[in-house]
Amino acid sequence: MVKSNIVTLRKAKNSIMLLLCFISAIYGIFWLFWILITLVIKGSEAFSLKLLYLDPTPPGVEGGGLRHAFVGHFIIVSLATVIGIPIGIMAGIFFSEYGKRSRLFTVLRMITDILVSVPTIIVGATVYAILVKPLHHFNALSGIVALSIIIMPIVAITTNEMLKLVPNNLREAAYALGSYKWEVTLKVTVRAARNGILTGVLTGIARIIGETAPLLFTSFSNQYLNLNILKPMASLTVYIFNYVMGPYEYWHQQAWASALILTLIILLLFGITRLIIRERRK
Amino acid sequence: MVEETILETKERKKAEKLEVVFKAIFGFSAITVGLIIPTVVFIVLLAESKLIIEKKGLIKFLLSQKWDPVSDEFGALPMIVGTLISTFISMLLATPIAIGISIFVVELAPRWLKEIIRQAIDLLGIIPSVIYGMWGFLVLAPFMATKVEPFIQRALINIPILNELTSGTSTGIDVLTTSLVLSIMIIPFMSSIVREAFEMVNPLVKESAYALGATKWEVITTVVIRSSIPGIAGGFIISLGRAIGETMAVAFLAGNRPEIPRSLLEPFTTITVALANQFTEADTELYLSALYALALILFITSFIMLLTAKIILYRLSRNGQI
Repeated sequence: MVKSNIVTLRKAKNSIMLLLCFISAIYGIFWLFWILITLVIKGSEAFSLKLLYLDPTPPGVEGGGLRHAFVGHFIIVSLATVIGIPIGIMAGIFFSEYGKRSRLFTVLRMITDILVSVPTIIVGATVYAILVKPLHHFNALSGIVALSIIIMPIVAITTNEMLKLVPNNLREAAYALGSYKWEVTLKVTVRAARNGILTGVLTGIARIIGETAPLLFTSFSNQYLNLNILKPMASLTVYIFNYVMGPYEYWHQQAWASALILTLIILLLFGITRLIIRERRK
Repeated sequence: MVEETILETKERKKAEKLEVVFKAIFGFSAITVGLIIPTVVFIVLLAESKLIIEKKGLIKFLLSQKWDPVSDEFGALPMIVGTLISTFISMLLATPIAIGISIFVVELAPRWLKEIIRQAIDLLGIIPSVIYGMWGFLVLAPFMATKVEPFIQRALINIPILNELTSGTSTGIDVLTTSLVLSIMIIPFMSSIVREAFEMVNPLVKESAYALGATKWEVITTVVIRSSIPGIAGGFIISLGRAIGETMAVAFLAGNRPEIPRSLLEPFTTITVALANQFTEADTELYLSALYALALILFITSFIMLLTAKIILYRLSRNGQI
C-alpha cells in the first residue's frame, strides 16, 4: 500500500515537472509571437514606399521618409562587411590551418571567441577615442570601423569551425600531388568548406545589420542624405532609437516600418543560412 | 629541355614566395583579430579613463553614489548596482525557462515539434536588440504600467518587504520591465548551449536509468541534468555576460535615472544605459573620462566572465563530453 503511494507520488511529480517544461517552451514562443506579430501588424500598417524615397520632414511636420537612413545604413554595413569579412576569413584560416598546434594561436583563438560576445558598445567607445575625437566630429568611417571590428571575430570563429570539419585525407591527397600549403588551403580546404564559411559571413552580416549601440556615437546621425564617410551619417537603427524615444506618433510609425524591414532582411539572411546548412546535411 | 627546367624553377620560386606571403597575410589577420584589437580596446579604455581615476581615485569612483555631471560629481555605484540588479533578476527569470525549454526540446517533444520550437527559439535570438527595446517601450511598458504593475501592487500590498519592493507609481519604465525584456533576450542564448549539452548525454546511461524503473523526470534530473552541469554552467555564464553588456533593449526601458532604485517599479540606470545616453552629451574631459571608466569596468567584467565560460566549455569539449 505504502509502496504504491510512493509510485503514485513519483508519477505525479513526473507529470507536473514535464508539464512545467512544456509550459516553459510555450512561454518562450509566446514572447516570440507577441513581438513578431506586433512588428508585422504595426510595421505593415505604417509602411509606404515614401519611407524609402523621401527624406525626413522637419520635426513635427508629418510625412517624409527615411531614404537617407536606408542609404546610410547600406553604406555603413556594406563597407564594414568589405573590410571585416576578408580579415575574419583569413584569421579563421590561420587558426585552423597554420596555428592549430601553436599555443599562442590557441590562446588567440579563444580571445577571438570571447570577442564575439563582448558588449558592442565597448567597441563604439574605443573607436570614438581613435577616429572621432581627433577629427572633432562624428563620422561614418568610425561607424564602419566599429562594425567591421564586430564582424571579424564572428566570421573568424565560424570559418575556423567549418575548416575543422574538412576531412584531413582531403588535405593529404592534395599534398600528395605535390601542392604547396597555400594551394591546398585555398584550392582544396577552403573550397570544400565554402558553404560553411558563407553561413558564417551571412550570420555576421545579420548580426551587424541590427547593431545600434556602436553607431550611436561614431557615425551618429544626420538629417540629410550624406554620402561622405567623413561626415556623420544616418543609420536605420539609430533612427529607430531616436524616433521611438521621440514625441511624435508618425515617428513611431516610421520606426515600426523600418524595424519590420530590418527584421525581414535579417530573417532572410537567417533563412538562407538554414537552407545552406540543410543542403550540406543531405 | 633546359627552358622547361628554368620555367619549372621559376614556377616553384613563385609558389614558394606565395607560400610565405599567404602565411604572413593569414597570420597577420589572426593577430589583428585575436591580439591587436583586444589590446587596443583595453589600452584605449585604460588611457581614456586615467583622468577620472587620478582625480577621484578608483575606490571613490566605484563606491560613490552621486552621479551629477553638472557639478562634476561622478560616482559609478548607481550604474554598477543597476547593472547587477537587472542582470540578477533577468537571470532568475531566464534560467529555469531556458532549462525547461531545453528539456522539452531534447527529451519530450515529438520530432516535428522539436524542430519548430528549436527554430522559433533561435529566431528569438537573432532579432536585433533595438527591436526588443522598441517593442518593450511602445508595447510592453504601457501594458505593464496599466495592467500588470497595479495588479502586482494590489496583490502584495499587505506583505511586508514585498510591498516596499513594488511601491511607487507604475510607469512601466522601471527595473521590472527592463529585467523582463532582458530575460526574454537571453533565453535563446542560454537554451542553445544547454540544449547542446543535453544532446551530448550518453543515451546508454539514460536507458540504464529507465531500466531501473526511473520515471522520465527522474532520468532527466539524475542523468541528463547532472551530467550536463558544466554545460549548463557555461551557458549560464555566457548569458550573464550578454545580460550585463546588453545595451539597446535596456536603453529604452531603464529610464536613465542615475540613482540606486529602492523598488522594482522605479526607473534606474545601468553601465550600458549611461554609455548609450550620455556619451554624446559628455562636454567635459572629466565627464567623458568617467564614461570611459564605466566602459572599462564593463569590458573587464564581461571579458573575465566569458573567459571563465569558454574555459569550462573548452575543457568539456576536450574531454569529449560535448
